[in-house]
Amino acid sequence: MTSDDTTLDASAPWLEVDAVIDDPRTRIVVCCGSGGVGKTTTAAALGVRAAERGRKVVVLTIDPARRLAQSMGISELDNVPRRVKGVDEAAGGELHAMMLDMKRTFDEIVEGHADAERARAILENPFYQSLSAGFAGTQEYMAMEKLGQLRANDEWDLIVVDTPPSRSALDFLDAPKRLGSFLDGKFIRILMAPAKVGGRAGMKFLNVGMSMMTGTLSKLMGGQLLRDVQTFVAAMDTMFGGFRTRADATYRLLQAPGTAFLVVAAPERDALREAAYFVERLAAEQMPLAGLVLNRVHGSGAAQLSAERALAAAEALTETLVADGDPAADPEAGEAGDPSDGISPNSPSADPSSPVAENLEPGGIVDLDGGKNGSRTAGGLSPAATAEHAASPSASAAQLAAGLLRLHAERMQVLARERRTRDRFTALHPEVPVAEVAALPGDVHDLTGLRAIGDRLALRPGDAGT
Amino acid sequence: MSRLHVVSGKGGTGKTTVAAALALALATEGRRTLLVEVEGRQGIAQLFETEAFPYEERKIAVAPGGGEVHALAIDAERALLDYLQMFYKLGSAGRALKKLGAIDFATTIAPGLRDVLLTGKACEAVRRKDKSGAFVYDAVVMDAPPTGRVTRFLNVNDEVAGLAKIGPIHNQAQAVMRVLKSPETAVHLVTLLEEMPVQETADGIAELRAANIPVGGVVINMTRPALLDNGDLDIAARGARTGIAKALSQAGLGGARRGGHADRLIDPLLEQAREHAERVELERAEHAELTALGLPTYELGLLPEGVDLAGLYGLARDLRRQGPI
Repeated sequence: MTSDDTTLDASAPWLEVDAVIDDPRTRIVVCCGSGGVGKTTTAAALGVRAAERGRKVVVLTIDPARRLAQSMGISELDNVPRRVKGVDEAAGGELHAMMLDMKRTFDEIVEGHADAERARAILENPFYQSLSAGFAGTQEYMAMEKLGQLRANDEWDLIVVDTPPSRSALDFLDAPKRLGSFLDGKFIRILMAPAKVGGRAGMKFLNVGMSMMTGTLSKLMGGQLLRDVQTFVAAMDTMFGGFRTRADATYRLLQAPGTAFLVVAAPERDALREAAYFVERLAAEQMPLAGLVLNRVHGSGAAQLSAERALAAAEALTETLVADGDPAADPEAGEAGDPSDGISPNSPSADPSSPVAENLEPGGIVDLDGGKNGSRTAGGLSPAATAEHAASPSASAAQLAAGLLRLHAERMQVLARERRTRDRFTALHPEVPVAEVAALPGDVHDLTGLRAIGDRLALRPGDAGT
Repeated sequence: MSRLHVVSGKGGTGKTTVAAALALALATEGRRTLLVEVEGRQGIAQLFETEAFPYEERKIAVAPGGGEVHALAIDAERALLDYLQMFYKLGSAGRALKKLGAIDFATTIAPGLRDVLLTGKACEAVRRKDKSGAFVYDAVVMDAPPTGRVTRFLNVNDEVAGLAKIGPIHNQAQAVMRVLKSPETAVHLVTLLEEMPVQETADGIAELRAANIPVGGVVINMTRPALLDNGDLDIAARGARTGIAKALSQAGLGGARRGGHADRLIDPLLEQAREHAERVELERAEHAELTALGLPTYELGLLPEGVDLAGLYGLARDLRRQGPI
């Protein structure tokens, strides 16, 4: 049993995930954060939990890991929400999931908003084909479009969105504005002008500066590409207004009270720095932040035993074994960091000058201190120990105990580090509610795993863990 | 030997750190490397504990033996203006284009142009020579986009060359592609011993190979020593419980009797050991999968306190010790 209370800080308000997903007024949950923090898994776990608590949910994922997608039955990329099997629907809920197909979404918009002939001209345009296949920015626009569509359908009462793995986690917020500023700009009119009025005849409507500009563009891009771009822009002309309107509408939807943003992070320096940046940005955009989900937080059921004492005790046990001249003692000493298992040939013990060893220095210092304490303790206990010698534990048990203690010391150091990192975030943003998710030893790729994550997500701080 | 090292990896695997360590590792014995960042996050400046750098190449570190690491955060907009200036002497016209929103269009919306500019700038640095005809940089290390996007990012020039069938953009894209597909380039993938990053690494390698972009090595980052394994747990399961309680008690951790301090530690300690052993097993399986890819692998240990400058130099030393990359 792992108790989480040691990792939680009473000063950070608790993010009550169930209250967020149970509230019928919550219609959209957006999971955002930097790469590799478990965003997609969090979105999927929230979807499963909300569905099993009675809501009709659709999860929109952008780029899920293959096995996670398979676990929800959306390995086919067909851009349509699919009902997820295996979800407990007893409470009246349903789970649907879909993976965003950028090109398909773009194509559908074109087909839906242009007459057949014009649509064909656009779809066949080489410039369009590259644009829609996912160059910088397209993914963000299309994610916003799809979110708008899903919301407009009104078929689901909760939409959980996972944000694209962007250069910056904020790109999807910028997408509508960037599109807007482009569509309003002069540049698009220059691009459109010649094609609209039929080649160079149109040039006389432009001033000399502008014609120089198109000349330059033609020189730069090559005449054929410029013509492709112009044809594309002209064909898209009637649709741009719609793009703009829908992007603005989706942006306002995100600001509305029915939306809850969850910033997802891991208790690591970089991830939390990004999270803090995100929190500030959401505030600046007046987006409703529900809280921070801190994934992969470690706990310990033996938190009363500090890293220092555990190391000291491990040291004392090893010393006793050596002193007893037990032949098993020496291998034990090596076992703690022994690289012979092939997992980490660079582990600190392999090379004392290695940087890994350097970086364990804080631990090493503790070890030394602990070692002294340990010998003192052992000295103090020695009469008793000697008296008990006949009943002393077997060498293998002592070895095992020392190993367990070293492992515990490592765990406690991880805990302390995570707490420091988290506290730094909380100090900067004390108002942001936090939900901590205890680390699982392995990866999650089935509904059972997602359910377990959901349970951990919803756990009240201080309640016993798993 | 490659001169352009492209470092990619799944988000969160530490590719910026590895790229920086590699740039340091390659800069020994008086050599000079350039570390380029293409995603505008100023991660390199943070790593080297300097303030964010402007758009210019500047020396940020000295490597052991007198080598130098220079760094550049490539900004697509500036790269485009530079490019216009260099080839067309478009000083004021460039500014006018900017005012019109053309630069915005080119760097954020026009398909692939942004990526052409970023890869183009890196390739230019690779090929740049000084007056005596020697290469200005012995190696260029690029902190590239994550695995999921890197093939498309590097291959963008092929796509653009197909799109713009003639003209300077076409020629530029072709020239960049020649560098990226030559043995001068090596793409290295950073991974952790976890399922998703390993899967992405395998997928990424397949994609790169399909695009004829040379793959270099796999860097297994943040490895941790195995303290206990299933064998040890078997001993514990075979009723060594009393023995462990006695050992803990002997080490000064309280009474071994049932309910005593030492006894109460055993369950949580064994639970932690089980989790650890499970992780070690998973890591072994992932390690085997990476080995099966048949590429050179490099391993870097976890720096529990995060990466500071000293840690970075340590990682560079570690990379060097594991042979040429």
